[in-house]
Amino acid sequence: MSATVELMDYDEVLERFDPVLGLEVHVELNTHTKMFCGCPTGFGAEPNTQVCPVCLGLPGALPVVNEIAVASAIRIGLALNCEIATWCRFARKNYFYPDMPKNFQTSQYDEPIAFNGWLDVTLDDGEVVRVQIERAHMEEDTGKSLHVGGATGRIHGAEHSLLDYNRAGVPLIEIVTKTIEGTGARAPEVARAYVATLRDLLKALDVSDVRMDQGSLRCDANVSLMAKDATEFGTRTETKNVNSLRSVERAVRHEMTRQAAILVDGGSILQETRHFEEAGGTTRAGRRKETSEDYRYFPEPDLVPIAPTREWVEELRATLPEMPEQRRKRIQAEWSLTDLELRDLINAGAVDLIAATVDAGATPAEARSWWVSYLSQSANSRGVELADLPITPAQVAAVISLIADGSLTNKLAREVVDGVLAGEGEPDEVVEKRGLKVVSDDSALYAAVDEALASQPDVAEKIREGKVAAAGAIVGAVMKATKGQADAKRVRELILERCGA
Amino acid sequence: MPSISRDEVAHLARLARLAVTEAELDLFAGQLDQIVQAVAQVGQVADQDIPPTSHAVPLTNVFRRDLVRPGLTQQQALAAAPAAEDGRFRVPRILGEEA
Repeated sequence: MSATVELMDYDEVLERFDPVLGLEVHVELNTHTKMFCGCPTGFGAEPNTQVCPVCLGLPGALPVVNEIAVASAIRIGLALNCEIATWCRFARKNYFYPDMPKNFQTSQYDEPIAFNGWLDVTLDDGEVVRVQIERAHMEEDTGKSLHVGGATGRIHGAEHSLLDYNRAGVPLIEIVTKTIEGTGARAPEVARAYVATLRDLLKALDVSDVRMDQGSLRCDANVSLMAKDATEFGTRTETKNVNSLRSVERAVRHEMTRQAAILVDGGSILQETRHFEEAGGTTRAGRRKETSEDYRYFPEPDLVPIAPTREWVEELRATLPEMPEQRRKRIQAEWSLTDLELRDLINAGAVDLIAATVDAGATPAEARSWWVSYLSQSANSRGVELADLPITPAQVAAVISLIADGSLTNKLAREVVDGVLAGEGEPDEVVEKRGLKVVSDDSALYAAVDEALASQPDVAEKIREGKVAAAGAIVGAVMKATKGQADAKRVRELILERCGA
Repeated sequence: MPSISRDEVAHLARLARLAVTEAELDLFAGQLDQIVQAVAQVGQVADQDIPPTSHAVPLTNVFRRDLVRPGLTQQQALAAAPAAEDGRFRVPRILGEEA
């Protein structure tokens, strides 16, 4: 294990230094096939079952570019306000590492497909930071290694490693910011907000499932410190393995406090890759960064250049959806939400679900109520994200419409939702199977009312004498007899009618 | 004076995982230098108005539709591997990643 690392108090870091950030986000595209071959890209398949001679780097295999991946790359570039290259090439990035069976990664070097863009990032208090985008380029993902022996699957102490190349060759877009300066104390928050904003944007573009937990969205955080009186940037470290939004914030903050302690102690920062450790929120040293020269990039001879016509670019621009920020503002107005209410919905991951429920015919207020209360509780008790509950917005809307037309009470509706969550089918089927329909047939209710009145003659007498408050006991009995499937208001009316009160 | 040094050859050999002997370092330094000088002559004729050429065929935008094509089975994929375990390629321990 590493020795205890000195950290500087965060406020002191800020008194002495200005943090400088550079963020690299890798996003796996949701294409059906890989970047250069027709292998499927699904997550979680048996190891080495989604491979072919191209992605295994077998001799003689030739790559062919996936058109949808290029289209997605251009759409991402456009959404990030980038210029789109009129002509660009792939390049080989040469290095030996078992996760890349070809011994080079097909990437782009000095000719990215998209460059010079920006993304506006709104912080929690509403402050907007414009992050400049250096470039977005196309490349391919690597395989996955499993380290055997040693502690907890880490490389350190491992005896050997096992490789699964299902992921090798999955289309990857790397989005690189320019240096982000002047954010001071808010640097960690800016880093998190940038990744969150980018994630929402990519999701809206429907180019990726952007699951940080599954690695389809990954962030590398470059952090350096610049002394207050300095004129040049300090040496940076690049922290990898940052797998959640919260981790992005923690990793940046940790690096700031770690680097500051070294610098004031007269030490120097090594330019290196560091790995984020989720458990303690710390980073540990990884490999020294190769210099760009060491990768011996050269134009990929097996792939011809890509020259997107301006017509194609404009066609793709026309497919861009409403951007998340604008959509949020529109939704806030349409649903009459306060900033706080909107933020809560966003944090709960409920906005899209509610919007889809509204699209399926529910009112915003009802849709919101279901998702933030009963369904949020269900998600909590199951320990899953709201979006991962086995119920669709359309099904929630169907339940809401059953309440609206009087077929269900709120209580019965919750049972119907439980049934859908338990995999019993569509709301209509659950109602049918569980026999949950509101008893609206008055003849059945009259029978239940008469029975309840007969079994409690003293109460019935009181009602007849005009003490209508006593009717509550009879209502309760009827509701019990009908297993809660009666409309209590209607039951009360019938009781009073029967008693002539 | 050769512009490619022994050290540079040794560095390149290491990056390419080539075992180069001491004697070969001198030999290759000289040879690589000749090659670099020969290629450098291109720069004397190619002016700013001539785009660098990487491909001999005048083609762009050669794309494939995003349709799944059958690949190899796990057994086929692992058939030529020197070692395999649990459906995965087994490789010697990876050194140098962590301090």
